[in-house]
Amino acid sequence: MPADCLISARHVSKSFGAINALNDLSFNVREGEIFGFIGPDGAGKTTLFRIITTLLLPDEGEMTIMGLDIRNGFRELRKNIGYMPGRFSLYLDLSVGENLNFYATVFGTTVRENYELIRDIYSHIEPFEKRLAGKLSGGMKQKLALSCALIHKPALLVLDEPTTGVDAASRSEFWEMLKKLRPYNITIIVSTPYMDEAMKCDRVALIQEGKILSIDEPEKIRDGFSRKLFSIRASDKYKLIVALRAFPGTVTAYPFGDSVHVTFKGDGLENSVYEYLSQTGLKDVIIQETRAGIEDRFLELME
Amino acid sequence: MIRNTVISVHNLVKKFGKFIANDHLNFEVYEGEIFGFLGANGAGKTTAIRILSGLSAPTSGEVIVAGFNAKKQPEKIKKSIGYMCQKFSLYEDLTVRENIMLYGGIYGMSKKEIRERTKSLLVRLHYEAYGDRLIASLPLGLRQKLAFSVAVLHEPRIVFLDEPTGGVDPITRRQFWEMIYETAARGITVFVTTHYMDEAEYCDRVSIMSEGRIVALDTPAGLKDQYHSESVEEVFIKITRPGKN
Repeated sequence: MPADCLISARHVSKSFGAINALNDLSFNVREGEIFGFIGPDGAGKTTLFRIITTLLLPDEGEMTIMGLDIRNGFRELRKNIGYMPGRFSLYLDLSVGENLNFYATVFGTTVRENYELIRDIYSHIEPFEKRLAGKLSGGMKQKLALSCALIHKPALLVLDEPTTGVDAASRSEFWEMLKKLRPYNITIIVSTPYMDEAMKCDRVALIQEGKILSIDEPEKIRDGFSRKLFSIRASDKYKLIVALRAFPGTVTAYPFGDSVHVTFKGDGLENSVYEYLSQTGLKDVIIQETRAGIEDRFLELME
Repeated sequence: MIRNTVISVHNLVKKFGKFIANDHLNFEVYEGEIFGFLGANGAGKTTAIRILSGLSAPTSGEVIVAGFNAKKQPEKIKKSIGYMCQKFSLYEDLTVRENIMLYGGIYGMSKKEIRERTKSLLVRLHYEAYGDRLIASLPLGLRQKLAFSVAVLHEPRIVFLDEPTGGVDPITRRQFWEMIYETAARGITVFVTTHYMDEAEYCDRVSIMSEGRIVALDTPAGLKDQYHSESVEEVFIKITRPGKN
């Protein structure tokens, strides 16, 4: 275990009846890093986060956080963890200010003591301090929930899908807020179904059906893509996908934004696929080699 | 090319008390088109979709969907459209077959017709083995594809999809979009909202709402040109956060 390791998980498994929610997970999270768990619904992200926050025990395996075992160190651990669950869980019938004060008091601190830490986030909602939490917009609820999770200056901040269902502009603002917490050396683990958000993390684990597919820095995960990848464009995207699927040399063809990402069985098929596509009547065909993104690699690992 | 208009919206205004949720919306959607309806949270998308699907009446303005007036003939609109959203679409404590029967019945299809469509639907999706399984027991991706098939079971003129791919895995998300392409190729108009900006690029045309108004409407390529952007995501951020650029 590395010296700067904040969370160490070894062979963690958890089942609910016949469902294996987590299947033999092992990973380390380093102190001060932003660590992302990237995967779709049902991958096991929330179950894992409930174990990390000591709300649930694994069936098998070991986990230590800050050197404390989650089974018998949970009382001490809870003082040092800030948790923002996926579903908004603050008191809807308390005001913004009352919620924040409540959380500060429960953790034996005051809003004033740690105000510096939440200033950037909380200042946006401070003008509405007297408003009931239940009456806030989605974006404001999110800022309040993050402020409440941070108010006791935790060593570990656990964010379960903070950006799910949030529009692209607000998502990018949320990641900006997290970046501003860097100087405080808080370790952040965050889960998301949006693959592009992996790029905002220091390291990520790709997770699917209770298993970790890969753990690394996002750039290295991209480099793990094993084949040559081509980005192909044409006038009619649906026809293009259908044609590419029918091409004998195609291994995979997935739509990606305004192009289709394609891999071939061997090298040098780019020219023949160009001819083939032109013959099928597709216009404005452009074929370029491209670098794989996180989602390309995720798709490859799912195959 | 002359295209048939299936949705036409002129000066649509919807107010809740003093709050203006939709502020003079104007747009048309064509037959067989994949129309991406984007906007920030709280921009008024859901309000507009509820009006377009006959669930809510406009305060003023003219809204024609599948040839029917949203204010005067909402029941006729409901029969001409399909609807699916991420949060709720199928009854979890009914089986796949029971859900299909229920929706077929609601849309007034005959028993024979329902039986036939059920069979072809299950074959097309390779779901023959799942017919008698409860929805609750199926993985999310499978459920979402099924929900979409059920939403177009009665061959509506238009299908509304409200964040249909939220949280699904990347392979299923792409399979879902291929189903959308097939559906549009059959002439059914697909009206879709999403928070995945790469999916916006899959649409024929995209509108972007901010604070109750449609600020931009064009093909993805046209939008990128107009806003000097590399991606629809960049366009989206420029429009919804104008102060930042």
